[in-house]
Amino acid sequence: MVVGLEVHCQLGTRTKLFCGCANDGFGMTANSRICPVCTGQPGVLPVLNKRAVELAFQAALALDCKLAATSIFARKNYFYPDLPKAYQISQYEEPFSQHGGLDTKLPDGSRKRVRIHRIHLEEDAGKLLHEIGSEELDYSLVDFNRSSVPLIEIVTEPDIRSSDEAYAYLTALKEVLQFVGVSRCDMEKGEMRCDANVSVMLAGSTKFGTRAEIKNVNSFKNVKDALEYEYRRQIEIIESGGTIKQETRLWDAVNMRTESMRSKEEAHDYRYFPDPDLVPLHADPVWVAKLKAALPELPEARRLRLASTFALSAYDAEVLTSEKTLSAYFDEAMSGRPKEFAKPLANLITTELLGRLNKEGKSIAESPVTPKMMASLVELTLNNTISSKGAKEVFAKAFETREDPKVLVEKLGLSQVLDEGQVKGWVSEALAANPQAAADLKSGKEAAAGRIVGAVMKLSKGKANPALVNKLIKEAVK
Amino acid sequence: MAIDENEVRKIAKLARLKLSPEEVRLYQGQLGKILDSMVELGRLDTSKVMPTTSVLGLSNVMREDEPKPFADPEKILANAPEREGHYFKVRKVIE
Repeated sequence: MVVGLEVHCQLGTRTKLFCGCANDGFGMTANSRICPVCTGQPGVLPVLNKRAVELAFQAALALDCKLAATSIFARKNYFYPDLPKAYQISQYEEPFSQHGGLDTKLPDGSRKRVRIHRIHLEEDAGKLLHEIGSEELDYSLVDFNRSSVPLIEIVTEPDIRSSDEAYAYLTALKEVLQFVGVSRCDMEKGEMRCDANVSVMLAGSTKFGTRAEIKNVNSFKNVKDALEYEYRRQIEIIESGGTIKQETRLWDAVNMRTESMRSKEEAHDYRYFPDPDLVPLHADPVWVAKLKAALPELPEARRLRLASTFALSAYDAEVLTSEKTLSAYFDEAMSGRPKEFAKPLANLITTELLGRLNKEGKSIAESPVTPKMMASLVELTLNNTISSKGAKEVFAKAFETREDPKVLVEKLGLSQVLDEGQVKGWVSEALAANPQAAADLKSGKEAAAGRIVGAVMKLSKGKANPALVNKLIKEAVK
Repeated sequence: MAIDENEVRKIAKLARLKLSPEEVRLYQGQLGKILDSMVELGRLDTSKVMPTTSVLGLSNVMREDEPKPFADPEKILANAPEREGHYFKVRKVIE
Protein backbone atom coordinates (compact mmCIF):
# COMPACT_ATOMS: atom_id res chain seq x y z
CA MET A 1 0.00 0.00 0.00
CA VAL A 2 1.35 3.40 -1.00
CA VAL A 3 -0.35 6.39 0.58
CA GLY A 4 0.06 10.14 0.48
CA LEU A 5 -2.14 12.29 2.69
CA GLU A 6 -3.50 15.78 2.18
CA VAL A 7 -4.62 17.36 5.42
CA HIS A 8 -6.62 20.57 5.55
CA CYS A 9 -6.42 22.36 8.82
CA GLN A 10 -8.30 25.51 9.90
CA LEU A 11 -6.05 28.16 11.40
CA GLY A 12 -7.04 29.43 14.84
CA THR A 13 -7.32 33.09 13.90
CA ARG A 14 -9.94 35.53 15.14
CA THR A 15 -10.92 36.59 11.62
CA LYS A 16 -11.15 35.11 8.15
CA LEU A 17 -8.27 35.00 5.67
CA PHE A 18 -9.15 38.02 3.55
CA CYS A 19 -11.78 40.00 5.48
CA GLY A 20 -12.62 41.08 9.03
CA CYS A 21 -15.48 38.61 9.54
CA ALA A 22 -15.16 36.53 12.70
CA ASN A 23 -13.71 33.05 12.31
CA ASP A 24 -16.15 31.51 14.78
CA GLY A 25 -19.07 30.62 12.58
CA PHE A 26 -19.33 26.93 13.47
CA GLY A 27 -22.67 26.24 15.11
CA MET A 28 -23.68 29.92 14.82
CA THR A 29 -26.70 31.28 12.96
CA ALA A 30 -26.16 30.63 9.26
CA ASN A 31 -24.73 33.56 7.29
CA SER A 32 -24.21 35.69 10.39
CA ARG A 33 -20.43 36.00 9.71
CA ILE A 34 -20.47 37.22 6.16
CA CYS A 35 -19.51 40.40 4.32
CA PRO A 36 -19.20 41.58 0.70
CA VAL A 37 -15.64 40.14 0.48
CA CYS A 38 -16.32 36.57 1.58
CA THR A 39 -19.54 36.36 -0.40
CA GLY A 40 -17.84 37.51 -3.58
CA GLN A 41 -19.72 40.77 -4.26
CA PRO A 42 -18.51 42.78 -7.25
CA GLY A 43 -15.75 45.33 -6.69
CA VAL A 44 -14.41 44.06 -3.37
CA LEU A 45 -10.74 43.40 -2.63
CA PRO A 46 -9.20 40.78 -0.34
CA VAL A 47 -6.65 41.87 2.30
CA LEU A 48 -4.44 39.16 3.78
CA ASN A 49 -4.68 38.35 7.50
CA LYS A 50 -1.20 38.71 9.06
CA ARG A 51 -1.91 36.32 11.92
CA ALA A 52 -3.01 33.61 9.49
CA VAL A 53 0.33 33.94 7.69
CA GLU A 54 2.19 33.78 10.99
CA LEU A 55 0.38 30.61 12.09
CA ALA A 56 0.98 29.05 8.69
CA PHE A 57 4.69 29.92 8.88
CA GLN A 58 4.92 28.49 12.40
CA ALA A 59 3.24 25.27 11.28
CA ALA A 60 5.78 25.00 8.47
CA LEU A 61 8.71 25.67 10.82
CA ALA A 62 7.44 23.07 13.30
CA LEU A 63 7.16 20.57 10.43
CA ASP A 64 10.74 21.23 9.39
CA CYS A 65 9.73 22.81 6.08
CA LYS A 66 11.63 25.38 4.05
CA LEU A 67 9.85 28.71 3.70
CA ALA A 68 9.85 30.17 0.21
CA ALA A 69 11.40 33.63 0.07
CA THR A 70 8.43 34.69 -2.02
CA SER A 71 5.10 33.03 -2.59
CA ILE A 72 2.04 34.10 -4.50
CA PHE A 73 -1.68 33.47 -4.39
CA ALA A 74 -3.55 31.86 -7.25
CA ARG A 75 -7.16 31.49 -8.27
CA LYS A 76 -8.48 27.97 -8.52
CA ASN A 77 -11.52 28.20 -10.77
CA TYR A 78 -14.61 26.06 -10.51
CA PHE A 79 -18.35 26.53 -10.17
CA TYR A 80 -20.05 25.24 -7.09
CA PRO A 81 -22.67 26.88 -4.90
CA ASP A 82 -20.37 26.84 -1.86
CA LEU A 83 -17.85 29.04 -3.71
CA PRO A 84 -19.34 32.52 -4.18
CA LYS A 85 -16.54 33.98 -6.32
CA ALA A 86 -16.47 30.88 -8.56
CA TYR A 87 -12.80 30.67 -7.62
CA GLN A 88 -10.96 29.76 -4.46
CA ILE A 89 -7.93 31.81 -3.50
CA SER A 90 -5.17 29.27 -2.96
CA GLN A 91 -1.49 28.81 -3.76
CA TYR A 92 -0.38 26.74 -6.70
CA GLU A 93 3.00 27.13 -8.35
CA GLU A 94 4.69 28.96 -5.52
CA PRO A 95 3.40 27.72 -2.15
CA PHE A 96 4.85 29.34 0.96
CA SER A 97 6.68 26.23 2.08
CA GLN A 98 8.03 22.90 0.86
CA HIS A 99 10.32 19.98 1.69
CA GLY A 100 9.70 19.18 5.33
CA GLY A 101 9.02 16.09 7.35
CA LEU A 102 7.47 14.77 10.51
CA ASP A 103 9.03 12.08 12.68
CA THR A 104 6.25 9.64 13.39
CA LYS A 105 6.24 6.98 16.05
CA LEU A 106 4.82 3.75 14.67
CA PRO A 107 2.75 1.25 16.68
CA ASP A 108 5.73 -1.15 16.93
CA GLY A 109 7.75 1.59 18.65
CA SER A 110 9.98 2.31 15.67
CA ARG A 111 10.18 5.77 14.08
CA LYS A 112 9.64 6.87 10.56
CA ARG A 113 10.02 10.27 8.94
CA VAL A 114 7.07 11.05 6.72
CA ARG A 115 8.29 13.66 4.25
CA ILE A 116 6.14 16.68 3.62
CA HIS A 117 5.96 17.73 0.00
CA ARG A 118 4.41 21.14 0.48
CA ILE A 119 2.19 23.30 2.64
CA HIS A 120 0.07 26.03 1.16
CA LEU A 121 -2.33 28.65 2.42
CA GLU A 122 -5.89 28.92 1.08
CA GLU A 123 -9.42 29.92 1.96
CA ASP A 124 -12.18 27.50 2.88
CA ALA A 125 -15.44 27.23 0.95
CA GLY A 126 -18.92 27.68 2.42
CA LYS A 127 -21.00 24.85 3.76
CA LEU A 128 -23.81 23.10 1.94
CA LEU A 129 -26.77 21.57 3.67
CA HIS A 130 -28.67 18.79 1.93
CA GLU A 131 -30.93 17.68 4.73
CA ILE A 132 -32.50 19.04 7.88
CA GLY A 133 -32.28 16.48 10.62
CA SER A 134 -33.07 13.20 8.90
CA GLU A 135 -35.26 14.84 6.26
CA GLU A 136 -33.60 15.00 2.87
CA LEU A 137 -34.30 18.26 1.01
CA ASP A 138 -35.06 18.49 -2.69
CA TYR A 139 -32.90 21.64 -2.79
CA SER A 140 -29.65 22.67 -1.08
CA LEU A 141 -28.97 25.40 1.46
CA VAL A 142 -25.77 27.45 1.66
CA ASP A 143 -24.10 28.93 4.72
CA PHE A 144 -21.09 31.20 4.06
CA ASN A 145 -19.92 31.49 7.69
CA ARG A 146 -17.05 29.18 6.76
CA SER A 147 -16.40 30.88 3.43
CA SER A 148 -12.85 32.28 3.38
CA VAL A 149 -11.82 30.87 6.75
CA PRO A 150 -8.02 30.36 6.63
CA LEU A 151 -6.73 26.85 5.93
CA ILE A 152 -3.37 25.29 5.42
CA GLU A 153 -3.13 22.19 3.28
CA ILE A 154 -0.32 19.86 4.27
CA VAL A 155 0.62 17.39 1.55
CA THR A 156 2.93 14.44 2.27
CA GLU A 157 5.13 12.54 -0.14
CA PRO A 158 3.81 9.01 -0.87
CA ASP A 159 5.80 7.71 2.11
CA ILE A 160 3.06 5.93 4.05
CA ARG A 161 2.87 2.15 3.66
CA SER A 162 0.01 0.99 5.87
CA SER A 163 -3.17 2.21 7.48
CA ASP A 164 -1.41 2.08 10.87
CA GLU A 165 1.30 4.39 9.58
CA ALA A 166 -1.34 6.79 8.28
CA TYR A 167 -3.02 6.79 11.67
CA ALA A 168 0.28 7.38 13.45
CA TYR A 169 1.23 10.25 11.13
CA LEU A 170 -2.15 11.97 11.60
CA THR A 171 -1.88 11.61 15.37
CA ALA A 172 1.62 13.12 15.38
CA LEU A 173 0.54 15.91 13.02
CA LYS A 174 -2.46 16.85 15.11
CA GLU A 175 -0.30 16.90 18.23
CA VAL A 176 2.23 19.29 16.66
CA LEU A 177 -0.44 21.61 15.25
CA GLN A 178 -2.20 21.77 18.61
CA PHE A 179 1.00 22.36 20.55
CA VAL A 180 2.12 25.17 18.29
CA GLY A 181 -1.35 26.68 18.58
CA VAL A 182 -1.90 26.62 14.83
CA SER A 183 -5.29 24.99 15.16
CA ARG A 184 -7.51 23.24 17.65
CA CYS A 185 -7.86 20.44 15.07
CA ASP A 186 -11.35 19.54 16.26
CA MET A 187 -12.34 17.01 13.63
CA GLU A 188 -15.98 17.03 14.64
CA LYS A 189 -16.11 20.71 13.73
CA GLY A 190 -14.28 20.06 10.47
CA GLU A 191 -11.20 21.94 11.67
CA MET A 192 -9.03 19.10 10.39
CA ARG A 193 -9.98 17.16 7.25
CA CYS A 194 -8.14 14.54 5.31
CA ASP A 195 -7.94 13.27 1.74
CA ALA A 196 -5.87 10.20 0.91
CA ASN A 197 -4.12 9.18 -2.31
CA VAL A 198 -3.87 5.41 -2.41
CA SER A 199 -2.22 3.01 -4.79
CA VAL A 200 -0.83 -0.48 -4.53
CA MET A 201 2.51 -1.79 -5.62
CA LEU A 202 4.02 -5.28 -5.73
CA ALA A 203 6.36 -6.06 -2.86
CA GLY A 204 9.90 -5.29 -3.94
CA SER A 205 8.76 -3.13 -6.85
CA THR A 206 9.76 0.52 -7.13
CA LYS A 207 7.10 1.59 -9.58
CA PHE A 208 3.97 3.10 -8.03
CA GLY A 209 0.58 1.95 -9.29
CA THR A 210 -2.22 4.23 -10.49
CA ARG A 211 -3.69 6.07 -7.55
CA ALA A 212 -7.22 6.85 -6.43
CA GLU A 213 -7.94 9.92 -4.34
CA ILE A 214 -10.31 9.29 -1.46
CA LYS A 215 -12.22 12.26 -0.11
CA ASN A 216 -14.46 12.88 2.85
CA VAL A 217 -12.55 10.93 5.45
CA ASN A 218 -13.26 12.96 8.53
CA SER A 219 -11.91 10.96 11.43
CA PHE A 220 -8.63 9.13 11.97
CA LYS A 221 -10.52 5.88 12.26
CA ASN A 222 -12.28 6.57 8.96
CA VAL A 223 -8.89 7.11 7.34
CA LYS A 224 -7.78 3.72 8.57
CA ASP A 225 -10.95 1.98 7.43
CA ALA A 226 -11.01 3.76 4.06
CA LEU A 227 -7.38 2.84 3.34
CA GLU A 228 -7.97 -0.81 4.23
CA TYR A 229 -11.05 -0.94 2.00
CA GLU A 230 -9.38 0.80 -0.92
CA TYR A 231 -6.31 -1.44 -0.64
CA ARG A 232 -8.45 -4.57 -0.89
CA ARG A 233 -10.52 -3.11 -3.74
CA GLN A 234 -7.46 -2.29 -5.83
CA ILE A 235 -5.80 -5.65 -5.21
CA GLU A 236 -8.98 -7.48 -6.19
CA ILE A 237 -9.14 -5.53 -9.46
CA ILE A 238 -5.51 -6.23 -10.29
CA GLU A 239 -5.70 -9.90 -9.36
CA SER A 240 -8.72 -10.39 -11.60
CA GLY A 241 -6.79 -8.86 -14.49
CA GLY A 242 -8.24 -5.35 -14.42
CA THR A 243 -6.55 -1.96 -14.23
CA ILE A 244 -6.99 0.83 -11.68
CA LYS A 245 -8.57 4.04 -12.94
CA GLN A 246 -7.18 7.34 -11.71
CA GLU A 247 -10.23 8.88 -10.09
CA THR A 248 -11.69 10.60 -7.08
CA ARG A 249 -13.62 8.37 -4.71
CA LEU A 250 -15.80 9.23 -1.78
CA TRP A 251 -15.64 7.37 1.54
CA ASP A 252 -19.03 6.18 2.72
CA ALA A 253 -18.59 5.67 6.47
CA VAL A 254 -22.02 4.11 6.89
CA ASN A 255 -21.57 1.34 4.33
CA MET A 256 -17.80 1.21 4.88
CA ARG A 257 -16.79 1.52 1.24
CA THR A 258 -15.46 4.00 -1.32
CA GLU A 259 -17.50 5.07 -4.32
CA SER A 260 -16.52 6.74 -7.55
CA MET A 261 -17.30 10.47 -7.69
CA ARG A 262 -17.97 10.89 -11.40
CA SER A 263 -18.84 14.55 -11.08
CA LYS A 264 -15.26 15.37 -10.14
CA GLU A 265 -13.64 13.71 -13.13
CA GLU A 266 -14.20 16.40 -15.69
CA ALA A 267 -13.96 19.26 -13.25
CA HIS A 268 -10.29 18.65 -12.60
CA ASP A 269 -9.35 21.50 -14.87
CA TYR A 270 -9.01 24.37 -12.43
CA ARG A 271 -7.25 26.85 -14.73
CA TYR A 272 -5.07 28.27 -11.98
CA PHE A 273 -3.62 31.72 -12.51
CA PRO A 274 -1.99 34.29 -10.18
CA ASP A 275 -4.59 36.37 -8.35
CA PRO A 276 -4.14 39.97 -9.51
CA ASP A 277 -5.89 41.24 -6.34
CA LEU A 278 -3.13 40.06 -4.05
CA VAL A 279 0.52 41.06 -3.94
CA PRO A 280 3.38 38.58 -3.35
CA LEU A 281 4.12 37.38 0.15
CA HIS A 282 7.73 37.71 1.32
CA ALA A 283 9.04 35.61 4.19
CA ASP A 284 11.14 38.37 5.71
CA PRO A 285 14.05 36.68 7.59
CA VAL A 286 13.69 38.91 10.69
CA TRP A 287 9.99 38.17 10.88
CA VAL A 288 10.57 34.45 10.38
CA ALA A 289 13.29 34.37 13.05
CA LYS A 290 10.89 35.98 15.49
CA LEU A 291 8.19 33.42 14.72
CA LYS A 292 10.68 30.61 15.07
CA ALA A 293 11.82 31.88 18.45
CA ALA A 294 8.20 32.03 19.60
CA LEU A 295 7.57 28.35 18.80
CA PRO A 296 6.78 26.35 21.93
CA GLU A 297 8.57 23.15 22.80
CA LEU A 298 7.36 20.43 20.42
CA PRO A 299 5.79 17.22 21.77
CA GLU A 300 8.71 14.96 20.93
CA ALA A 301 11.25 17.23 22.62
CA ARG A 302 8.96 17.59 25.60
CA ARG A 303 8.64 13.82 26.09
CA LEU A 304 12.41 13.45 26.04
CA ARG A 305 12.86 16.32 28.48
CA LEU A 306 10.24 14.99 30.93
CA ALA A 307 11.84 11.56 30.87
CA SER A 308 15.39 12.81 31.33
CA THR A 309 15.04 15.77 33.73
CA PHE A 310 12.33 14.35 35.94
CA ALA A 311 13.13 10.65 35.56
CA LEU A 312 9.54 9.98 34.53
CA SER A 313 8.68 6.70 32.84
CA ALA A 314 8.23 6.73 29.07
CA TYR A 315 4.57 6.05 29.70
CA ASP A 316 4.10 9.02 32.04
CA ALA A 317 6.02 11.32 29.67
CA GLU A 318 3.77 10.16 26.86
CA VAL A 319 0.55 10.70 28.79
CA LEU A 320 1.63 14.12 30.06
CA THR A 321 2.36 15.25 26.51
CA SER A 322 -0.58 13.69 24.72
CA GLU A 323 -2.77 16.75 25.06
CA LYS A 324 -1.87 20.37 25.25
CA THR A 325 -4.26 21.07 28.13
CA LEU A 326 -2.81 18.22 30.17
CA SER A 327 0.73 19.42 29.44
CA ALA A 328 -0.21 22.86 30.63
CA TYR A 329 -1.80 21.38 33.77
CA PHE A 330 1.36 19.49 34.66
CA ASP A 331 3.58 22.49 33.93
CA GLU A 332 1.46 24.79 36.05
CA ALA A 333 1.48 22.37 38.99
CA MET A 334 5.26 21.98 38.65
CA SER A 335 6.01 25.68 38.32
CA GLY A 336 8.45 26.82 41.02
CA ARG A 337 8.57 23.32 42.51
CA PRO A 338 11.68 21.16 42.90
CA LYS A 339 12.40 18.18 40.63
CA GLU A 340 11.32 15.56 43.17
CA PHE A 341 7.77 16.87 42.81
CA ALA A 342 7.51 15.48 39.30
CA LYS A 343 7.24 11.77 40.01
CA PRO A 344 4.52 11.84 42.70
CA LEU A 345 2.71 14.56 40.73
CA ALA A 346 2.78 12.47 37.57
CA ASN A 347 1.45 9.50 39.54
CA LEU A 348 -1.43 11.46 41.02
CA ILE A 349 -2.33 12.90 37.63
CA THR A 350 -2.19 9.69 35.63
CA THR A 351 -3.93 7.50 38.19
CA GLU A 352 -6.24 9.65 40.32
CA LEU A 353 -6.99 12.72 38.19
CA LEU A 354 -7.30 11.14 34.74
CA GLY A 355 -9.13 8.14 36.18
CA ARG A 356 -11.69 10.33 37.88
CA LEU A 357 -12.11 12.76 34.98
CA ASN A 358 -12.57 9.85 32.64
CA LYS A 359 -15.20 8.33 34.89
CA GLU A 360 -17.14 11.59 35.06
CA GLY A 361 -16.70 12.31 31.35
CA LYS A 362 -14.95 15.60 32.10
CA SER A 363 -12.01 17.27 30.35
CA ILE A 364 -8.85 18.54 32.04
CA ALA A 365 -10.09 22.09 31.74
CA GLU A 366 -13.16 21.15 33.78
CA SER A 367 -11.21 19.53 36.61
CA PRO A 368 -12.45 20.72 40.02
CA VAL A 369 -8.96 20.03 41.37
CA THR A 370 -6.75 22.82 40.07
CA PRO A 371 -3.01 22.45 39.35
CA LYS A 372 -2.33 24.51 42.47
CA MET A 373 -4.41 22.15 44.64
CA MET A 374 -2.64 19.18 43.08
CA ALA A 375 0.75 20.69 43.90
CA SER A 376 -0.27 21.28 47.48
CA LEU A 377 -1.41 17.67 47.72
CA VAL A 378 2.00 16.50 46.51
CA GLU A 379 3.66 18.76 49.06
CA LEU A 380 1.61 17.20 51.86
CA THR A 381 2.78 13.71 50.89
CA LEU A 382 6.40 14.70 50.38
CA ASN A 383 6.64 16.27 53.85
CA ASN A 384 4.92 13.23 55.35
CA THR A 385 1.86 15.07 56.56
CA ILE A 386 -0.27 12.43 54.87
CA SER A 387 0.39 8.96 53.54
CA SER A 388 -0.05 8.12 49.86
CA LYS A 389 -3.29 6.41 50.82
CA GLY A 390 -4.36 9.59 52.60
CA ALA A 391 -3.49 11.59 49.48
CA LYS A 392 -5.97 9.55 47.49
CA GLU A 393 -8.65 10.20 50.05
CA VAL A 394 -7.95 13.93 50.08
CA PHE A 395 -7.97 13.99 46.29
CA ALA A 396 -11.33 12.27 46.11
CA LYS A 397 -12.83 14.74 48.59
CA ALA A 398 -11.25 17.76 46.90
CA PHE A 399 -12.67 16.61 43.56
CA GLU A 400 -16.13 16.86 45.09
CA THR A 401 -15.83 19.95 47.26
CA ARG A 402 -13.03 21.94 45.56
CA GLU A 403 -11.61 22.57 49.03
CA ASP A 404 -7.97 23.25 49.69
CA PRO A 405 -6.15 19.97 50.40
CA LYS A 406 -4.52 21.46 53.53
CA VAL A 407 -7.94 22.23 54.97
CA LEU A 408 -9.21 18.79 54.00
CA VAL A 409 -6.34 17.01 55.77
CA GLU A 410 -7.48 18.69 58.99
CA LYS A 411 -11.17 18.08 58.33
CA LEU A 412 -10.66 14.42 57.54
CA GLY A 413 -8.16 14.02 60.37
CA LEU A 414 -5.65 12.48 58.05
CA SER A 415 -2.44 14.06 59.21
CA GLN A 416 0.10 11.47 60.13
CA VAL A 417 1.60 11.25 63.57
CA LEU A 418 5.32 11.81 63.35
CA ASP A 419 5.91 12.30 67.05
CA GLU A 420 8.42 9.63 68.04
CA GLY A 421 7.28 9.41 71.65
CA GLN A 422 3.68 8.87 70.73
CA VAL A 423 4.44 6.27 68.08
CA LYS A 424 6.84 4.50 70.50
CA GLY A 425 3.95 4.24 72.96
CA TRP A 426 1.76 2.53 70.35
CA VAL A 427 4.61 0.18 69.40
CA SER A 428 5.16 -0.94 73.01
CA GLU A 429 1.43 -1.41 73.46
CA ALA A 430 1.22 -3.46 70.25
CA LEU A 431 4.16 -5.65 71.25
CA ALA A 432 2.66 -6.28 74.67
CA ALA A 433 -0.69 -7.18 73.18
CA ASN A 434 0.85 -9.63 70.69
CA PRO A 435 3.45 -11.63 72.69
CA GLN A 436 3.70 -14.40 70.08
CA ALA A 437 4.47 -12.01 67.24
CA ALA A 438 6.91 -10.15 69.46
CA ALA A 439 8.73 -13.37 70.29
CA ASP A 440 8.83 -14.39 66.62
CA LEU A 441 10.30 -11.05 65.73
CA LYS A 442 12.96 -11.31 68.40
CA SER A 443 13.99 -14.71 67.08
CA GLY A 444 14.48 -13.16 63.64
CA LYS A 445 11.22 -14.00 61.92
CA GLU A 446 10.77 -10.70 60.17
CA ALA A 447 7.44 -11.67 58.64
CA ALA A 448 5.91 -11.22 62.08
CA ALA A 449 6.52 -7.44 61.85
CA GLY A 450 3.43 -7.13 59.67
CA ARG A 451 1.16 -8.12 62.56
CA ILE A 452 2.75 -5.55 64.85
CA VAL A 453 2.49 -2.81 62.19
CA GLY A 454 -1.16 -3.72 61.75
CA ALA A 455 -1.76 -3.45 65.48
CA VAL A 456 -0.03 -0.05 65.65
CA MET A 457 -2.13 1.24 62.76
CA LYS A 458 -5.26 0.07 64.54
CA LEU A 459 -4.22 1.79 67.74
CA SER A 460 -3.31 5.00 65.91
CA LYS A 461 -6.41 4.88 63.69
CA GLY A 462 -4.12 4.71 60.67
CA LYS A 463 -2.34 7.93 61.51
CA ALA A 464 1.07 6.63 62.52
CA ASN A 465 3.68 7.29 59.85
CA PRO A 466 4.49 3.85 58.41
CA ALA A 467 8.21 4.49 57.95
CA LEU A 468 8.52 5.63 61.55
CA VAL A 469 6.52 2.66 62.82
CA ASN A 470 8.82 0.22 61.03
CA LYS A 471 11.90 1.93 62.33
CA LEU A 472 10.65 1.94 65.94
CA ILE A 473 9.55 -1.71 65.85
CA LYS A 474 13.02 -2.71 64.68
CA GLU A 475 14.60 -0.69 67.48
CA ALA A 476 12.25 -2.15 70.08
CA VAL A 477 13.05 -5.79 69.35
CA LYS A 478 16.79 -5.37 68.93
CA MET B 1 -3.07 28.27 -33.86
CA ALA B 2 -5.89 25.87 -34.51
CA ILE B 3 -8.15 24.71 -31.69
CA ASP B 4 -10.57 21.87 -32.26
CA GLU B 5 -14.30 21.84 -31.62
CA ASN B 6 -14.06 19.48 -28.69
CA GLU B 7 -11.72 21.82 -26.91
CA VAL B 8 -14.15 24.69 -27.40
CA ARG B 9 -16.95 22.55 -25.98
CA LYS B 10 -14.82 21.63 -22.98
CA ILE B 11 -14.01 25.26 -22.25
CA ALA B 12 -17.68 26.13 -22.63
CA LYS B 13 -18.60 23.41 -20.19
CA LEU B 14 -16.06 24.61 -17.62
CA ALA B 15 -17.47 28.12 -18.01
CA ARG B 16 -21.03 26.80 -17.74
CA LEU B 17 -21.91 28.10 -21.21
CA LYS B 18 -24.33 26.36 -23.55
CA LEU B 19 -23.21 26.91 -27.13
CA SER B 20 -25.04 26.21 -30.37
CA PRO B 21 -23.06 24.44 -33.15
CA GLU B 22 -22.72 27.83 -34.92
CA GLU B 23 -21.37 29.44 -31.76
CA VAL B 24 -18.88 26.64 -31.29
CA ARG B 25 -17.49 27.37 -34.78
CA LEU B 26 -17.54 31.14 -34.13
CA TYR B 27 -15.53 30.82 -30.91
CA GLN B 28 -13.29 28.21 -32.44
CA GLY B 29 -12.14 30.87 -34.89
CA GLN B 30 -11.88 33.66 -32.31
CA LEU B 31 -10.01 31.57 -29.74
CA GLY B 32 -7.66 30.39 -32.49
CA LYS B 33 -6.82 34.01 -33.27
CA ILE B 34 -6.19 34.81 -29.60
CA LEU B 35 -3.82 31.87 -29.43
CA ASP B 36 -2.08 33.14 -32.57
CA SER B 37 -1.34 36.40 -30.75
CA MET B 38 0.02 34.44 -27.78
CA VAL B 39 2.27 32.46 -30.14
CA GLU B 40 3.62 35.76 -31.42
CA LEU B 41 4.30 36.97 -27.88
CA GLY B 42 5.88 33.59 -27.16
CA ARG B 43 8.53 34.33 -29.77
CA LEU B 44 10.03 37.06 -27.57
CA ASP B 45 13.15 36.04 -25.68
CA THR B 46 12.10 36.17 -22.01
CA SER B 47 14.89 33.97 -20.68
CA LYS B 48 16.30 36.91 -18.71
CA VAL B 49 12.93 38.24 -17.50
CA MET B 50 11.47 37.22 -14.16
CA PRO B 51 7.81 36.14 -14.31
CA THR B 52 5.57 39.04 -13.31
CA THR B 53 2.68 38.26 -11.02
CA SER B 54 2.10 41.80 -9.83
CA VAL B 55 3.04 45.13 -11.35
CA LEU B 56 2.58 47.13 -8.16
CA GLY B 57 6.02 46.47 -6.72
CA LEU B 58 4.41 45.91 -3.33
CA SER B 59 4.58 42.89 -1.06
CA ASN B 60 3.18 41.81 2.31
CA VAL B 61 0.11 43.99 2.27
CA MET B 62 -1.60 42.67 5.36
CA ARG B 63 -4.07 43.59 8.06
CA GLU B 64 -4.11 42.78 11.76
CA ASP B 65 -6.31 39.91 12.92
CA GLU B 66 -8.97 42.21 14.39
CA PRO B 67 -12.62 41.35 13.86
CA LYS B 68 -14.51 43.99 11.88
CA PRO B 69 -17.90 42.44 11.39
CA PHE B 70 -19.98 43.65 8.49
CA ALA B 71 -22.80 45.78 9.83
CA ASP B 72 -25.68 44.08 8.10
CA PRO B 73 -25.31 40.52 6.78
CA GLU B 74 -29.06 40.57 6.23
CA LYS B 75 -28.52 43.00 3.35
CA ILE B 76 -26.43 40.36 1.60
CA LEU B 77 -29.03 37.68 2.21
CA ALA B 78 -31.72 40.02 0.93
CA ASN B 79 -30.06 39.89 -2.51
CA ALA B 80 -30.44 36.15 -2.73
CA PRO B 81 -32.68 35.04 -5.61
CA GLU B 82 -34.05 32.48 -3.18
CA ARG B 83 -33.58 31.99 0.53
CA GLU B 84 -34.86 29.90 3.38
CA GLY B 85 -34.49 31.43 6.81
CA HIS B 86 -30.88 32.50 7.17
CA TYR B 87 -29.74 30.29 4.30
CA PHE B 88 -29.22 30.90 0.60
CA LYS B 89 -31.37 28.41 -1.26
CA VAL B 90 -29.99 26.79 -4.41
CA ARG B 91 -30.79 23.93 -6.74
CA LYS B 92 -30.00 20.58 -5.25
CA VAL B 93 -26.33 19.76 -5.49
CA ILE B 94 -25.03 16.55 -4.09
CA GLU B 95 -21.92 14.55 -4.71
